[in-house]
Amino acid sequence: MLQLHHLLLLLPLLLPLYGAIFCLFSWNRVNLQMAIACVIQLAMVVASGALLYAVNHEGILVTQLGNWPAPFGITLVADLFSALMVVTASITGAAVVLFSLRGLDLPRQDYGYYPLILMLQMGVAGVCLTGDLFNLFVWFEVLLICCFVMITLGGTKPQLEGAIKYVTINILASGLLLTGIGVVYGITGSLNMAELAMLVRMPSINKSLFLMASTFFIVSLGIKAALFPLFFWLPASYHTPPIAISSFIGGLLTKVGIYAMIRLFTLIFVVEQELILAFFTITAGFTMVIGVLGAAAHYDFRKILSFHIVSQIGYMLMGLAIFTTLSIAGTILFIVHNVFVKTNLFLVSGVVGRLKGSFDLKKLGSQYLQRPFLALLFLISALALAGLPPLSGFWPKFILVKAGLEAEQYTIVGVSLCVSIITLFSMTKIWNEVFWKKQPETDETEPDADRLTKALLYAPIIFLALCILYIGLNAEAAIGLAYRAAEQVLNTDLYINAVLNR
Amino acid sequence: MDIVLPFITGLLFATGLYLILHRHFFKLILGIILFGLATNLFIFTIGRLTRGGSPIIPQGSEVAIEPYADPVPQALLLTAIVIGFGIQAFAIVLVKRVYQAFGTNNLDDLNNTDKTIIPPKE
Repeated sequence: MLQLHHLLLLLPLLLPLYGAIFCLFSWNRVNLQMAIACVIQLAMVVASGALLYAVNHEGILVTQLGNWPAPFGITLVADLFSALMVVTASITGAAVVLFSLRGLDLPRQDYGYYPLILMLQMGVAGVCLTGDLFNLFVWFEVLLICCFVMITLGGTKPQLEGAIKYVTINILASGLLLTGIGVVYGITGSLNMAELAMLVRMPSINKSLFLMASTFFIVSLGIKAALFPLFFWLPASYHTPPIAISSFIGGLLTKVGIYAMIRLFTLIFVVEQELILAFFTITAGFTMVIGVLGAAAHYDFRKILSFHIVSQIGYMLMGLAIFTTLSIAGTILFIVHNVFVKTNLFLVSGVVGRLKGSFDLKKLGSQYLQRPFLALLFLISALALAGLPPLSGFWPKFILVKAGLEAEQYTIVGVSLCVSIITLFSMTKIWNEVFWKKQPETDETEPDADRLTKALLYAPIIFLALCILYIGLNAEAAIGLAYRAAEQVLNTDLYINAVLNR
Repeated sequence: MDIVLPFITGLLFATGLYLILHRHFFKLILGIILFGLATNLFIFTIGRLTRGGSPIIPQGSEVAIEPYADPVPQALLLTAIVIGFGIQAFAIVLVKRVYQAFGTNNLDDLNNTDKTIIPPKE
């Protein structure tokens, strides 16, 4: 392997780390922090793109930190799935940082927003690239502590209230994750994910004990990914911070949880798999239905979007539950599409909220008349979320349904199709209330925005909308990539051999 | 000693969870801290306890002499303690700010962000 490839694996971690350090050094100069954050995010996009390119051409890339041989040291691994996640995260991060230049109030930007978002980016990349179970926990903590601070940044009442739920439940989740890691280490005596994958496939493994260990991971990662009985913290907290923050957190973090689930439950926790997958199927169905029903009940732009996050998580879990190459490919594509779409919808709500001063659907109106272009951008994302062809949401849903029919899991397929219709209903609700209906009489004057502000607010939305259109219209390439990623995920020998260098 | 530690761990888990389920802020904090301690102790115990055998390889030999204490769980433990310390510090400050902002000591009062806004009838 070339020296360059080792560097490519490290760059998604080092770039945001150094960016955050430089931002901290220029604490008093926000403009400089803005510049650093923008440059670093662009560099991240380039670096992660190069990583994806290299993985696509060379196969799985591995680097052993400190040159300790594989099961003893910490390994960084990038297969197609993790490289895709890093690319998605960095594109989203770039869009959000661009948006927050004007979309976030100055006191918050002043108080460490840029270092935090860069550290969060590092945490996400770390979770996606690590090949060590305990290291995974550490990256989750890096990501969480940044998230805690970002949610409370500014310290308004709703933020504090949302944060206390978020913090408590996530500390519990981390504790359970750590306990699960302890159990796994106690059973196998290893923490390297590739070696673990090898050890659990041996006949000598204590099956019932290992099943117990996997329940710890189901619960803790389920909390992080907001699965059905464990999602209640998400709609209570994700809409409270300013949009620049909640778009990044809401767009990305639950998907990182799902990423970890897919990685671990295809690679390591394959003991008593039928039982786990049956449980996942039921959970996926409930997550979809409850999330979308919650969204239907709400009349706040951001709360509707928060509940939709939960609902979409169900689709991703459905792919894992069906457990064929096709369904995992559907899940991977769904994650990429959903991160873009969800972030973009949050950003649109941010523009509306910033220009009109409210997120309440009942107080908004006539946006189609006033801002037809924004309406178009919203429509692209909303219809993509609902899954209308030819936008990006259609293809992963189509693949998931196809995989479900092939695996003869008709119930979950039926549920997912019904949920799609309700999603469309809930998007049309936003469309009717915010864009279509006449502006109700309000005595608030509309705050003015100059041209540069508008350009900076619109640019990331246009950028993400283009990404959505690109995935939708260039579906063959996207599906092909996702399919190869799924093959790599399911063919665990590739991963084991690459890491253990056999 | 080997039989005492699992019981203490279980007791700490139970107490931690019980306290987290309370409405009182201070008990929430205590619960979080005890829960963190329980996880740490759990990892320490599950690495199998060996007394007096340090995992240092003597000169001239390839492997350490059995029985030796496994250093990995202890390294994990150290990391987990540090992380837990930071997070607990954050949680304490957060709870203090919440108490100052809301002037309440009851978690049940903090349900405003969950409420559904029911639109007025036309």
